[in-house]
Amino acid sequence: MAQVFSRYAGFYARLALIALLVLTTSGVLAWRALTAERHTVNETVEQPVPFSHKHHVGDVGLDCRYCHASVETSAQAGMPPVSTCMTCHSQLFTDQRMLAPVRQAWISGQSLAWRRVNQLPDFVYFNHSIHVAKGVGCVSCHGRVDQMPLMRRTETLSMKWCLDCHRDPEQQLRPREHVFDMAWTPKDQRSLGIALVQAYRIDRAKMMDCSLCHR
Amino acid sequence: MSASPWLAPDTTAERISREVSDIVLARPTSRTWLASFALALLLTGVFMAGIGHLVTTGIGIWGNNIPVAWAFDITNYVWWIAIGMAGTFISAALLLARQVWRASLNRYAETMTVFAVSISGLFPILHLGRPWFFYWLAPYPDRMGVWPQWRSSLLWDFFAIIAYLLVSILYWYVGLLPDLATLRDRANSRGRQVFYGLLALGWRGDAHHWQRYETLSLTLAGLAVPLVFSVHSMVALDFSEGLLPGWHSTLFPPFFVAGALFSGFAMALAIAVPVRRWYGLHRYITPRHLDYLARMVLAAGLVIDYSYAAEIFDAFYSQDRYAIASLMAKFAGPYAWVYWTTIACNVAAIQLLWSRRVRYSPAALMVIALLVLVGMWCERFLLIVNSLFRDFLPSSAGMFYPTVWDLVFLFGSMAFFLVLLLLFARLLPMLSMAELRKLLPRHAGEDA
Repeated sequence: MAQVFSRYAGFYARLALIALLVLTTSGVLAWRALTAERHTVNETVEQPVPFSHKHHVGDVGLDCRYCHASVETSAQAGMPPVSTCMTCHSQLFTDQRMLAPVRQAWISGQSLAWRRVNQLPDFVYFNHSIHVAKGVGCVSCHGRVDQMPLMRRTETLSMKWCLDCHRDPEQQLRPREHVFDMAWTPKDQRSLGIALVQAYRIDRAKMMDCSLCHR
Repeated sequence: MSASPWLAPDTTAERISREVSDIVLARPTSRTWLASFALALLLTGVFMAGIGHLVTTGIGIWGNNIPVAWAFDITNYVWWIAIGMAGTFISAALLLARQVWRASLNRYAETMTVFAVSISGLFPILHLGRPWFFYWLAPYPDRMGVWPQWRSSLLWDFFAIIAYLLVSILYWYVGLLPDLATLRDRANSRGRQVFYGLLALGWRGDAHHWQRYETLSLTLAGLAVPLVFSVHSMVALDFSEGLLPGWHSTLFPPFFVAGALFSGFAMALAIAVPVRRWYGLHRYITPRHLDYLARMVLAAGLVIDYSYAAEIFDAFYSQDRYAIASLMAKFAGPYAWVYWTTIACNVAAIQLLWSRRVRYSPAALMVIALLVLVGMWCERFLLIVNSLFRDFLPSSAGMFYPTVWDLVFLFGSMAFFLVLLLLFARLLPMLSMAELRKLLPRHAGEDA
């Protein structure tokens, strides 16, 4: 009786097994890449007006709270209304074409449709004011905004990223007076952080609870 | 040295190979097979459509409600996984106990296990409100930094089912290797030679092959037997870990394992009787095999009956008003007819098996086996629903009524099982030729 399989059959069988392994792995990876959130870290977002934080904070020297006024008191830091823009831009650069949508919005009363850069799902309840009150600087989560001509997000905002800090808050805490200071750097973050956890009475026991964010 | 008493004296190795492999290689596809396959495939299609409807619409298509959040879904799950248990028991525990009569039963029993466990594994996934997140049960590092809760028996289920499925598939496939090689060598067309040749993975029947095969079979059997007991105990813990009257019982793990063997042996009988008739396997699955299977059904059934009695005794002995109320609801509540059906099937019907005449009557065994399967389904249904529909608070009492989709999932899964079994009968050897040949006298030359 003739041989059923050629002498290379074993070789092909091994090749097929390797191919299967490669295909499965790449399939799983492709699936993960497809289903993962769009990875928008460090990508700028097209806005109706090319607002530059670098100009307003870095060059002009505005305090963060001038525009994001509710960041110390509310869960939302707040986007400034057009009237905030118009406090200056009713007088400055009034003829700039770049600012036409702002003037249009001011005249028509329609809101400017800013596109969110740091967007959390609605099942996450995030509160800005508590973080500011407990000494988390803007830079820790938003990066050097004063050096960003166009806004981009610098962190993944994944839950693991949140938890890494909630598990070990010392690594990010700073004195309250430096929260809005973009350029501040610690001398010894570890010992400062440990002291601040004590001083600000940060209740570490509750920091990992589901109910903290998923209400 | 004479042949094993389980084989007729004129049985030869060649005859075993020919008769068993001819079912696959030579026997033309019968009209009965085609008709049953078409019907089963149609019903499976309805089952698949049901799954589609479930995923797109939500589990509200079932009759489950808030007091009764588990009903047909988990009943089917427990019923199917239990049916799988006896297959492993026949092939692994009886191997460890060196019971030679398992040789003609183990192949189709293992197949029954693999198919039943695969189908049962669908239900825990499908009964999730969001089945597409079922992989969150797996412990893997993710972007959330979240791990599964190791204290939930439902998580243990996840591991139990996966481990059991993997081990039973491995055990089944390893056992198939020598038989696939026989099919390859007897195959009469190039396509079949290649098909079985690829599946046989180059088995040559070398002494080394056989030595490792035996070692691996014994190792897997040694792994599979504790798995049978722990997997179904795990299923039991889904309930006894809960606090409900009628669920919170330390009796459940052994009681569930006995129930698994009970319904599994019943299913093994319910398959053996028609298979030996339709495929003319009387020489291999003898009345004595049926007799032994029936004895196993009776033995496991008596443990079940003991557990029913212990359940009643425990409830009254505890003086716990909720336990007693739950029990009284079983006897005389709205689902009492299910309870009395269970008693009729699982307690009354099996007592006939004490009689030798019944044990040697395939028709009677078939009827009893089917009754046991019905009884065990009713038992799980009642265990789940009777504890849920009235528990501690009168304000949270509520009846469960199945919808048509509940029935689609119950009967559809049976049809799916039948489709798989029919394919198995057509494509793979139903009896383990290698095991049967081992029952022949070792040294035929000396014997003659």
